[in-house]
Amino acid sequence: MELHRDIRAAVVAHARFCYPNEACGLLAVDGAGALRMAYCCTNVEQSPVSYTVDATEHLRAMVHAERNGWALGGVFHSHTHSPAHPSRTDVARALEPEWLYVLVSLEDPDDPDVRAYWIREGTITEEPLVLGGTP
Amino acid sequence: MSVQIRIPTVLRPYTDGNAVVTAEGATVAEVVSSLDRLHPGVGSVLLESDGSLKRFVNVFVDGENVRYLQSLDTPVPDGAEIVILPAVAGGR
Repeated sequence: MELHRDIRAAVVAHARFCYPNEACGLLAVDGAGALRMAYCCTNVEQSPVSYTVDATEHLRAMVHAERNGWALGGVFHSHTHSPAHPSRTDVARALEPEWLYVLVSLEDPDDPDVRAYWIREGTITEEPLVLGGTP
Repeated sequence: MSVQIRIPTVLRPYTDGNAVVTAEGATVAEVVSSLDRLHPGVGSVLLESDGSLKRFVNVFVDGENVRYLQSLDTPVPDGAEIVILPAVAGGR
């Protein structure tokens, strides 16, 4: 899947802004399944080890996406000191089988790692990301 | 009073796959009760055994989160749109 470099920059910037707490946000996809927008949201837990997307921001992101002909199709969050791989908690709380789960690792703060996964019935499958957009 | 309810993916097995369903009620509690009669099992997903709204369930009435209103006692105007959103959460 193509990840536009501006979307990658946005999720990394949000992860850095929220550090040392985990950052989180939502992703909109178009009818072809392409990523179109990252919504940087509030982690209401304000925690370095867990996140919950602010519910009102979730609703507003959904409305915004739908008004643009998109739909919410993913969520991103950061791991501040661990790899960009879903944790057991991430898997247990992954309720949307058609959503892409994007992880931003700040384990190496100078070289953030961004990876994406499908989580379906407890099974994790990595979706390779290809950087798109004009440098 | 009839209201439309947007159903999240996780609840659609209870609604024959429908993303939008109709139910009746003048409060959120009455709408949930109506929803559970029409689609048995939904109530136990939304509510704790003591009848309160589960922590990881968010219900919006015309764009307002009922947690910041009167929770399950929040009035539901005729023709309102109700959105049920499960919390998006995770962690290390």
